[in-house]
Amino acid sequence: MRVLTKAAVAGTLLVLLLLLFAAAMFGLGVGPAGLPPGEVLSLLVGDDATGSTADIVLRVRWPRVMLASLVGACLAVSGVLFQALLRNPLADPYVLGVSGGAALGGIAVLSFGSAIGLGASAVPPAAFVGAILTTLLLYAIAGSGGRVSATNLLLTGVVFNAFASAAIVFMASIAGLSDGANIFLWLIGSLSASRADVAPWVAAFLVAGLATALPMARNLNLLALGEEGASQLGVEVERVKRWLLVSTSLMVGAAVSVAGLIGFVGLIIPHLLRLILGPDHRLLVPAAALGGAAFLVICDTIARSLLGGRELPVGAITAIAGGPLFLWLLRRHHLRGVRI
Amino acid sequence: MNEAIAAALSFEGVSIAFGEHEILRDVDLDLRAGEVLGVAGGNGAGKTTLLRIASRVLPASAGRVCVGGRDVESLSRRELAREIAVVPQDVQVSFPFRASEVVLMGRSPHLGAFGYESPADIERARTAMMRVGVDQLADRSILDLSGGERQLVLIARALAQDAAILLLDEPTAHLDLRHRIQVLTLVREFVATGRSALVVSHDLSLAARSCDRMALLGGGRLLGVGRPAEIVTPANLRAAFGVDAEVLVASDGAPLVVPRI
Repeated sequence: MRVLTKAAVAGTLLVLLLLLFAAAMFGLGVGPAGLPPGEVLSLLVGDDATGSTADIVLRVRWPRVMLASLVGACLAVSGVLFQALLRNPLADPYVLGVSGGAALGGIAVLSFGSAIGLGASAVPPAAFVGAILTTLLLYAIAGSGGRVSATNLLLTGVVFNAFASAAIVFMASIAGLSDGANIFLWLIGSLSASRADVAPWVAAFLVAGLATALPMARNLNLLALGEEGASQLGVEVERVKRWLLVSTSLMVGAAVSVAGLIGFVGLIIPHLLRLILGPDHRLLVPAAALGGAAFLVICDTIARSLLGGRELPVGAITAIAGGPLFLWLLRRHHLRGVRI
Repeated sequence: MNEAIAAALSFEGVSIAFGEHEILRDVDLDLRAGEVLGVAGGNGAGKTTLLRIASRVLPASAGRVCVGGRDVESLSRRELAREIAVVPQDVQVSFPFRASEVVLMGRSPHLGAFGYESPADIERARTAMMRVGVDQLADRSILDLSGGERQLVLIARALAQDAAILLLDEPTAHLDLRHRIQVLTLVREFVATGRSALVVSHDLSLAARSCDRMALLGGGRLLGVGRPAEIVTPANLRAAFGVDAEVLVASDGAPLVVPRI
């Protein structure tokens, strides 16, 4: 009988940490001025932080890698949590429309916040509120049974995303937000316009989200049996749902307020990790944080270096990878006869 | 009532309605320590609802359920899960957990917040799987098991839970004859140590043979409770199911239902 042990969890997380480190080396080394990992490493650990190479690595690429990893971790962990909560491997903050709701909150503050004295620093909390409201809407649609049919889930997400995008464009137009390109970046998801000074915000939201989710990891396993089965095994399901609402909204709000609507990270990473590591959330939740971080660092590095000087939005890269996977998952679950 | 037959679980004037539709009205029923109580009744008679109220998944609209003399509403879910283990009719598991992981979930009411199983927990799960005979399924995904295999895994999980009361909802519905007998034997062994089991069953003859007492639900009410031979009678079957059936007596005195078609 194979049983998950603390040693196995620690070992797996260590491997993923090394993977994240390798991804960071890639992100710091790749760009118009390509650097071998050795040189990057010596810059990171060395005292000599002057010169143009050091500037590029430490002051241009390092903040970007940092943000990509935080955003990736937020998105992948919330994907895992939504999937556990809705008992559906297709749930992802973007697909569900929760990211759209967060973006709506953020853009509302950017568009009209200045009128009531709210600056750019109010964007993450506003995105958090937008994410909470959207998740509550989802809960309402899910009903008391707690198991959403795939059709309802997808319809709600599609419709809500379309609504959110339209409302974002609408608000930005009314407010006459000067930089139209920025709205585009919000909608497709990009890290190119993010400012490094928001990293502590994102880190704080990620830590708070993880601190809420990790102690519930075992309860998330039990939720796979359904809400009724879980409560009969001692889980206070409503309490778990409330905390997960806070946890996912914190992380989605943080990710979206920095990077806009990056899709499918919360779908791809949990799915891959579940295939390799199994479905146990005690391992899956922290693994998703590290895996999601590494994944988005790699995607973002590709996004900013693939076309040479011109930068692609990272959301385009993740969507190109995630869309087909989503369809494949949908088809596979149909074939297996599992109601999703 | 003397101590030996003290109620392990008691429904006291329990009623429940879904909207206008009344499911159960004023049900008084005791599950005594050390007995197997069978619950029978037509589809929609409220058998599963009774189990849901006892496990606090549904709130009774009137009356109360007590476990060991304490109102279930006054217990935390963890406390209740240490007293009552439920075997549902079936379960749809949403992720590919291994059968052994599902059985280990039965230990969760005994585990702390971060919830890693101790060697003792693992041993209990292993023992439960051996007793039910599903140890060879341990590393298979629960999604790949047949309905009958899944039902056996759920029974192993309930045994691993180490509760004093076992509530089983048609535990033999998906099982072949050999496994039906095996499961009912396990339930008899379970109560032999002073614990109790409540078994919802549609197989009246098998229930009559394996239960100490039987309760019959019909029209939202408890039509009767007593020894199987007192409950499984043509008159009661007509009242509960609206059918004509002959009741024969097996060589050991247990009633056998023979429907007239």
